[in-house]
Amino acid sequence: MLLIRCPYCEEERPELEFRNAGEAHIARSANITGESDDDFEKFFFIRSNPKGIIYERWRHMHGCARFFNAVRDTVTDKFIMTYKAGEPKPAKVPGVAK
Amino acid sequence: MAKAATRKTAAATPSVERRAALAGQELSATGVKLAVLPTAERISLRAPEASVAALSKALGVTLPRKPKTSASKAGRTALWLGPDEWLVIDEAGKDPLADCAEVTALHSAVGISHRNVAISVTGPAAASAINSGCPQDLSLDAFPVGAASRTILGKVEIVLLRTAEDAFRVECWRSFSDYVFTFLSYAAGDAAA
Amino acid sequence: MSGAFRIPGAGRLKQAKTARFSFDGQSYAGIEGDTLASALLANGVHLVGRSFKYHRPRGFLSAGAEEPNALVEIRRDAARKTPNVRATVQELYDGLAAQSQNRWPSLAFDVGAVNDIASPLFSAGFYYKTFMWPKAAWKNLYEPKIRAAAGLGVAPDQPDPDHYSARYAHCDVLVLGGGAAGIAAALAAAETGARVILADEQAEFGGSLRFESGAGIDGQDGFAWAQAAVASLKAMDNVRVLSRSTAFGYYAQNFVGLVERVSDHLQNPGRDLPRERLWQVRARRVVLATGAIERHMVFADNDRPGIMLASAARTFLNHYGVAVGRNVGVYTANDSAYAAAIDLKKAGVNVAAIVDLRDNPTGPVIDEARALGIEINFGRAVIRAGGKLRVSSMTVQPKNGGGERIIPVDAILMSAGWTPSVHLFSQSRGKVAFNDETKRFVPGAYAQDCVSVGACNGTDGLSATIDEAYAAGAKAAKDAGAKVAKGTKPKVDASESWSRGMLGAAPGAGPNTTVKAFVDFQNDVTAKDIRQAVHEGMRSIEHVKRFTTNGMATDQGKTSNMHGLVIAAETLGKPIPQVGLTTFRAPYTPVTFGSIVGHARGPLFDPTRKTAIHPWAEAQGAVFEDVGQWKRAWYFPKAGEDIHAAVDRECVTVRKTAGLFDASTLGKIEVVGPDAAKFMELLYTNPWEKLEPGRCRYGIMLREDGFIYDDGVVGRLAPDRFHVTTTTGGAPRVMNHMEDYLQTEFPHLNVWLTSTTEQWAVIAVQGPKSRDIIAPLVAGIDMSDEALPHMSVREGRICGVPTRLFRMSFSGERGFEVNVPADYGQAVWEALWAEGQKHGATAYGTEAMHVLRAEKGYIIVGQDTDGTVTPNDAGLDWAVGKRKTDFVGIRGMARPDLVAKGRKQLVGLKTKDPKVVLEEGAQVVADPKQAVPMTMIGHVTSSYWSENCGRSIALALVADGRDRMGETLYVPMPNGTIEVEVSGMVFFDEKGERLNG
Repeated sequence: MLLIRCPYCEEERPELEFRNAGEAHIARSANITGESDDDFEKFFFIRSNPKGIIYERWRHMHGCARFFNAVRDTVTDKFIMTYKAGEPKPAKVPGVAK
Repeated sequence: MAKAATRKTAAATPSVERRAALAGQELSATGVKLAVLPTAERISLRAPEASVAALSKALGVTLPRKPKTSASKAGRTALWLGPDEWLVIDEAGKDPLADCAEVTALHSAVGISHRNVAISVTGPAAASAINSGCPQDLSLDAFPVGAASRTILGKVEIVLLRTAEDAFRVECWRSFSDYVFTFLSYAAGDAAA
Repeated sequence: MSGAFRIPGAGRLKQAKTARFSFDGQSYAGIEGDTLASALLANGVHLVGRSFKYHRPRGFLSAGAEEPNALVEIRRDAARKTPNVRATVQELYDGLAAQSQNRWPSLAFDVGAVNDIASPLFSAGFYYKTFMWPKAAWKNLYEPKIRAAAGLGVAPDQPDPDHYSARYAHCDVLVLGGGAAGIAAALAAAETGARVILADEQAEFGGSLRFESGAGIDGQDGFAWAQAAVASLKAMDNVRVLSRSTAFGYYAQNFVGLVERVSDHLQNPGRDLPRERLWQVRARRVVLATGAIERHMVFADNDRPGIMLASAARTFLNHYGVAVGRNVGVYTANDSAYAAAIDLKKAGVNVAAIVDLRDNPTGPVIDEARALGIEINFGRAVIRAGGKLRVSSMTVQPKNGGGERIIPVDAILMSAGWTPSVHLFSQSRGKVAFNDETKRFVPGAYAQDCVSVGACNGTDGLSATIDEAYAAGAKAAKDAGAKVAKGTKPKVDASESWSRGMLGAAPGAGPNTTVKAFVDFQNDVTAKDIRQAVHEGMRSIEHVKRFTTNGMATDQGKTSNMHGLVIAAETLGKPIPQVGLTTFRAPYTPVTFGSIVGHARGPLFDPTRKTAIHPWAEAQGAVFEDVGQWKRAWYFPKAGEDIHAAVDRECVTVRKTAGLFDASTLGKIEVVGPDAAKFMELLYTNPWEKLEPGRCRYGIMLREDGFIYDDGVVGRLAPDRFHVTTTTGGAPRVMNHMEDYLQTEFPHLNVWLTSTTEQWAVIAVQGPKSRDIIAPLVAGIDMSDEALPHMSVREGRICGVPTRLFRMSFSGERGFEVNVPADYGQAVWEALWAEGQKHGATAYGTEAMHVLRAEKGYIIVGQDTDGTVTPNDAGLDWAVGKRKTDFVGIRGMARPDLVAKGRKQLVGLKTKDPKVVLEEGAQVVADPKQAVPMTMIGHVTSSYWSENCGRSIALALVADGRDRMGETLYVPMPNGTIEVEVSGMVFFDEKGERLNG
């Protein structure tokens, strides 16, 4: 069982309290009816599924109930960092060469 | 705001019996006692930072702002559940919903007195009993007296409040209370080990 | 005297009591403190099992958890039969009953041993090569036969009567392994005040100090020191000491799973004690002190009972006071076996000869053995063991060939050297590194916050081990945040030391031989099998492992992996590190299902949710159905009624007078805040801004892809407060869906969501008499049609308790849903029931509810929709706000595929024969005469007998269904094709007059 740092509870908490919520930083268009079929397909269906660093959403479902974002390495399963929902995608991730 | 919810605080006597879930159930094991606690008034309170002072004043208890903490005064306890969420429990027979109804600052107060059931877990092995199904570190360093958190017990969600070094209050939803009490009963039997 | 092989004055079980036990029906006496293995050996019993594949007679290889051979069944009673118990681990208790396994009709005469004679047929890869054809024979012949013959032991056939406990624990320093290293590390860590857990798989701490007669620490014998040190640790508040506790898995972020065997060693465990306790420990730092395991020598017939590891024989002697034979031989490639020979000789056992592969080794143990008059043969090999059910001799030959000499023995002690136990380190994702000088894999790069100390780290000698472990324990505590303490490091007075040894096949079992020189005893893998795997093209050690099954038995190759690897490397002509070690995986030793399941069985398997009204329904004899975790009243049969009669009566009564229905399980969410209506506009297809407080609306929620996700009636209590209902099963996911959008897409909205599902008990009262039933109990609400029209909500009181009274209908009749605080649910129900009785009302369950709503063509999300149905498909276009510019799903609904012709649309189906009730899920076709496979144009989603309509009714999703009104379609079934006519979805009261009836 992983330990995940909740940026709202400001501590690491057991994975059982959390639920994964898919890839992060995929914003819903403010003018969604104006989206082309291709753009909507990219927004709704296409995910990057990377080997390595993934930016993803989690919810501290059975804790503070907040959604937040995490940077995780899909190879080692290690969380590199977590940050609050709405905060920008980190330009530099600690310990990861970009 | 929330005028619609406030009317029912008007005095009226129910002509029918209140049947609380698991009312009066108790269990004793080596080092642990379980007891279903009496009914209490409860609200789920949601508010932005700017409203906290006004709500604290109206409720008579300072809403805690630090994660995993609670504040208590005169039979009323406010538990920090999230950055804009508190569980307010009143065991003194006063209605926190009515108190919040007077507050004009932005907030949401919803009555959940009947939604939750509370079970006390007390005794030197209380933490061990809860740790039978709760993955959090319940040592006094990590979870001191007054600490409060929504978390997991076995397969259900609970709200856990440490009321003393060897005493916890476990809150769960009504229909999960049978599961929670049964789980704690099994756990209590092995908690002294 | 408990056994002829018990040596007076030897061992530590001095003041113990006699324990009677049986093996294969024969009674024996042992001593409390014995393992089943030591007690059997004390009685001269070596033959305890038959091997897996060849059914060869087997005895004890080891004295510990690595045991591959001595697996027995322990029977406490009919339900408590545990197969595959390692006799070397099972502690003896008075009355213990054990049986041998994998033999028929008896252990000494086993018919299956014919496999041994036919063994050329069963060589490596046998299963992959032999049962290839004919194809059908696999399913009908080979698999059933193999399954019947395969497997170790027999699984119990009754429910497990024991219970299993579980505990999460946290600590600063977790020390795994309670030998000298683990104890020293735990002492150092505990002195700092850090929270320490020390765990060991054995009943007693000490590890190799159990047999190392030459160890002395702090002025005491090594084992005595260990007991004193552990006692002092147990006395400390910050230390938890777990014996009989195996760390079976090392997971991410220092999360370690341990199983504590609580009562398997007790004669009468009683009902209070769990059988096992699962510890899930999160540690800031882990100290691995898992020791090393001795390897056997790989030579012909090295599996005969009586042939065992030297350290095992020493343990049986020095701890249990048991001699494993009267005339033992020793075969070794390192010093440690000499110590065994010396101890046995001193205890009065004849040591026939030591055969040492090494040419001219020197050292104090060799000198001592020689001084004791033991015959020593350097540069020689044991090339064969004699005997069948028990070893009777060893055949010795110079290692480079030459004359053979047969030496009669009744036991052979062997040692090829010691393999560091890096299992847990490897599970932690650490990388092992090969030390070419000492020829062993030791911990290399670490992946987690742990450290290896002592033998598992390749550290030789007791002084070095204690130094290393004590320093590591102190550092682990410091790294975990503890203060530095000044403790006293244990002082080593005397120690034994050895290292090196040999790997792979010994002389006589090399290439070009066909002897059975076992590498893996449990899976019957020989040196020849491994070479054959390489010859047949396996290059990777992982492939060699799977092809031969070397190391894949329940002992996970604790004694065999290194030998297997080296034989493969030699055959491949590659250096050992290039071939590499196979991956170690959890569990370290087998773990029971019970300990994994823990409390989660019986009533705690899954929560059973019951409504506040449940006790009333139960008392009325209701039959319940599971809806998610909820128990819901399905129907209320009267005497003599089956489900059909009950449901027909309930349906008719509701439409004739009234019915009461427990709708408490419906999800309820209170949406509160100044932007509540804006939020509702975004989450539901319907318009909400203009809904007046006090009015309700049927809402549809979509996912972003445009498909229906949930539905429910929503009441507006105030401008800033909505009472939203969801489907019973959808409540948690709808809440999550709403929170997701609120928190991440629309965080600017001032609105909050609270689940009130369990705050309110909900009593639906439906039928022409519903108002008459409710009105007498209600205060503060005008119940006239003008004041409280269909689809409205009021707050007031009923029976003196607060209520949210909805005027709404899921039956098509005049109807109400009475929400009251849950604890009052049953009492208000009873009051309404009493009123209802005056009008002849019925209680009805979910089945009647389903029929009534289907008669009206009301859909159930999840039954008539399946995640691919749009509002238009379901005929619910009217519920989509046409002027809205945004809501979740608005863009998805416009996707080309969702607006194309040919989509399946929800319609009614009427069977030509009104008595025939279609099957839900049945497929619909246009032409029943077409060839199979037919083109299916839809399927039945709901189907019932409707007593109110006097015929069957059904809903179905049919391609272009709404263009097919009146068309005849066909439902092909196994016993004939059913003709149906496409109809509208409303079967009863098409004009909807009864809502105000």
